Amino acid sequence: MTAITSEPRISKVEMARQRFRKQYTGLLFVLPASIFTIIFFIIPLIMTMFMSLHNWPLIGERSYTGLENYSRLLSDQQFWDSLAFTTRYTLLITPIIFILAFILAQLVNLPLRGVGFFRTAYFLPVVIGLGTSSLLWVWLLNDRIGLFNALLLSLGIIERPIVWLADPQYVMPAIIVSVVWKTVGFTMILLLTGMQAIPDELYDAAMVDGAGYLARIRYIMLPLLRRTFALALILSVIGSYLGFDQFFIMTRGGPQNSTISVVYWIYTNSFTYFKMGYGAALSIVLLVILAILSVIQLRLLRDETEF
Amino acid sequence: MSAATTTPNPQNRAGMLLSKGALYVICTVLALLFLFPIAWTFMSSVKPPAEASASPPTFLPSRVTFDNYFKLNDYGAGVQQYLFNSVGVAVMTVIGTIVLSTLAGFGFSRFSFRGKNVLFVMILATLMIPFQSILIPLFLILTNLKLHNTLFGLALVYITFQLPFGVFIMRNTFDTVPREIEEAALLDGCSSLTMLYRVMLTIVRPGIITVGIYAFLNAWNEFLAALIFMTRESMFTLPILLVTVRSGYYGAIDWGALQAGVTITIIPCVVIFLLLQRYYMRGLMGGALKG
Repeated sequence: MTAITSEPRISKVEMARQRFRKQYTGLLFVLPASIFTIIFFIIPLIMTMFMSLHNWPLIGERSYTGLENYSRLLSDQQFWDSLAFTTRYTLLITPIIFILAFILAQLVNLPLRGVGFFRTAYFLPVVIGLGTSSLLWVWLLNDRIGLFNALLLSLGIIERPIVWLADPQYVMPAIIVSVVWKTVGFTMILLLTGMQAIPDELYDAAMVDGAGYLARIRYIMLPLLRRTFALALILSVIGSYLGFDQFFIMTRGGPQNSTISVVYWIYTNSFTYFKMGYGAALSIVLLVILAILSVIQLRLLRDETEF
Repeated sequence: MSAATTTPNPQNRAGMLLSKGALYVICTVLALLFLFPIAWTFMSSVKPPAEASASPPTFLPSRVTFDNYFKLNDYGAGVQQYLFNSVGVAVMTVIGTIVLSTLAGFGFSRFSFRGKNVLFVMILATLMIPFQSILIPLFLILTNLKLHNTLFGLALVYITFQLPFGVFIMRNTFDTVPREIEEAALLDGCSSLTMLYRVMLTIVRPGIITVGIYAFLNAWNEFLAALIFMTRESMFTLPILLVTVRSGYYGAIDWGALQAGVTITIIPCVVIFLLLQRYYMRGLMGGALKG
């Protein structure tokens, strides 16, 4: 527009025409992406709500059932079990990821030679797919040929091999170890970025005042990292709540259906039983749960003081 | 990354608690823990099949052979087919995501038009809704369009999932380009599209690479949507094939074949990440901190 106004001879009509063209052009540029989003995201989202009010088998008559799917959900024991399991899994894995990621971030923030290598090494599993890493861990955790048992046996920590993924007592820790291995690098990098944004002068000032290393972490780093923590927390909690690959691949929901996550239950209802209306209702409930969780966590973000 | 350029005061870091030597030991042990599973899979995949499933496990192969890779051909349509499927979906997703994100990023950055904010928010907002919750209607839509069990259909879905990130990154990238450059190009008589093509694309190339890497990794690694939309065995992508291998024939799992399959699936991700790490991290910072 500035290019046009710099030429005084152009008439008002011409300017309006140019502006119309510019407006039209801009819309054309964003149209393909918008159409994709509408067809493959917005419409399916609305359809999910619509389907959740129907009895919707893959083949055969579908019928409007109002809120029946939702009331059925209340008495669906497996749904509640799945929700409880997913919540327990999230509550267990989140602190482990954060403590480990914090330590790793502290380490790779050191002024050591070759620290870039360590950073890359810790981060590398993040770029592998969760499905692929789950398959890798099925093998590592195998009782007969897996490295995990061999290692623990040779160290004398266990006396006989443990069937990690089939033992109700050990299946949760086994899955958590595998997922932490794959995802902790991501949280590490987020925290590292936050740490590097804190000016050194703040630490220097605190040191002059006699604050030790731990005091400086407690009173300077942690408060200033709050925003980063909140972001990393939301991403991590949502990721855990949506967990599917690790359970589908490593345990197939076993032993005794004890590791069926919410998404796994949605998948089973929708694509094994083909109760798609019920699956849609479960999806909507999951969306609502995640929205509530995010709002709670965003509160952490909001009352942060600017720096 | 700015990480390498800053020279922090060592006293401010954990360095105070431990000696430098101890820190190196800790860092190295941790690096081994993270790298060992990957290295061991690579090693095992080139062992003779019997050795790959030996109990107790061995680390180094007694001799290097690719038998495990050939045994992958015993599954379904053969490993070339699944490699072709995965590469096909990933390439289509990368090209589609780059084209749509660049066009939209340019449009949102450089033009003002009615409905601009609504469309921008609409695309970005999909980031907050997990795709897992819309897979049922997506399955029906793809089936009705006769696009289920096609690489193209799966790529269309993956492109859409990548758009919020891609459009956001490209909009920000275009925002950092000074307007004088395009004004000069426009005065020289370029149309908007030629200008985008000739002038801007060279300047915003880093953004394009970032968007491309994420599109590739997500398409290559995605599991749940591929599992649902690709029901015909010949259309599986690599991760889905591996689940078939893991289930085994007659209850017996061919560990050698599984290790070979895992290796094939991991290598492209690791290579692309190591080569283009700088662009990958850019995306993480740009996407995470501003979003």
